[in-house]
Amino acid sequence: MKRFDFASWRALGALAALAALLIPGLALAEEGWETNSAGMAGAVAFWALAGLSVVSAAGVAFSRNILYSSFSLLGTFLGVAGLYVFLSADFLAVAQVLIYVGGVLVLILFAVMLTSRIGDVRISNEAVGVFPATLATVVTTGLMLFIAWMTPWRTGAQPLSHQPTAAALGELFLTRYLLPFEIASVVLLATLVGAVVVARKEIKPE
Amino acid sequence: MQIGLIHYLAVAAILFSLGMFCVITRKNAIGILMGVELILNGANVNFVAFNHYLGGVLSGQIFAAFVIVLAAAEAAVGLAIILGIYQNMRTIDASEADTLRD
Repeated sequence: MKRFDFASWRALGALAALAALLIPGLALAEEGWETNSAGMAGAVAFWALAGLSVVSAAGVAFSRNILYSSFSLLGTFLGVAGLYVFLSADFLAVAQVLIYVGGVLVLILFAVMLTSRIGDVRISNEAVGVFPATLATVVTTGLMLFIAWMTPWRTGAQPLSHQPTAAALGELFLTRYLLPFEIASVVLLATLVGAVVVARKEIKPE
Repeated sequence: MQIGLIHYLAVAAILFSLGMFCVITRKNAIGILMGVELILNGANVNFVAFNHYLGGVLSGQIFAAFVIVLAAAEAAVGLAIILGIYQNMRTIDASEADTLRD
């Protein structure tokens, strides 16, 4: 097997295209922030970030190689984080990068490296039932876009201004949403214990 | 061109659909988990977009934060289970791990 064949070049090209989408997107996101995402720069940055998210998500969904899929997920997470910046959710954008890219994606890559043998990595992500899945996906997408388009959303009010949200979110967490917040912490504790119990080596009592 | 709520809803719908396609078609269990992450991201974009354009308090962002927390928990437990299956069966093919059915 050749070291660096056509598929590798194609993957490199896709990565380069993603980077080319990301860099102007991030550069323009700052300007879009200033103009409240109304100006030309804001529109261009939105399309770049939306394109990055959607193209990477398509890579996740259609790639034949589980490793390329997981790296493609990185583009989706970064693109969605950029969209959060446009939607005046600065804290969530940072949390997205920290938790998804720094936590979930690393976990997924870890699992991929631990489980798929190098030899069959090319067919590691085969798909079954593509035709009914495509049908269901197209119908669902069409339905959701139709509903989003036809519903008269009550958007008359002024959109949120681009203020820092961390303080307001913290106050809401500790007053109005205190019970869900505490339940979330219990869930995280249970996750911690559960993951350790499930993944540890079984010691057979003799 | 003015970017409005509908654009974000479209992006979220496409993310959701691609995630659903991933969940339906993948045989690799990790691929299925990646599809679930895509679906959760699409839902999150919806929450934050509605919060931005419909105004009010930051409830949408709070919900998105809870979704992120639960997604992290789901990924940790799911991957631990997948690693456990791999240790026992030497495969993570979701259609081969069917000992409970026999």
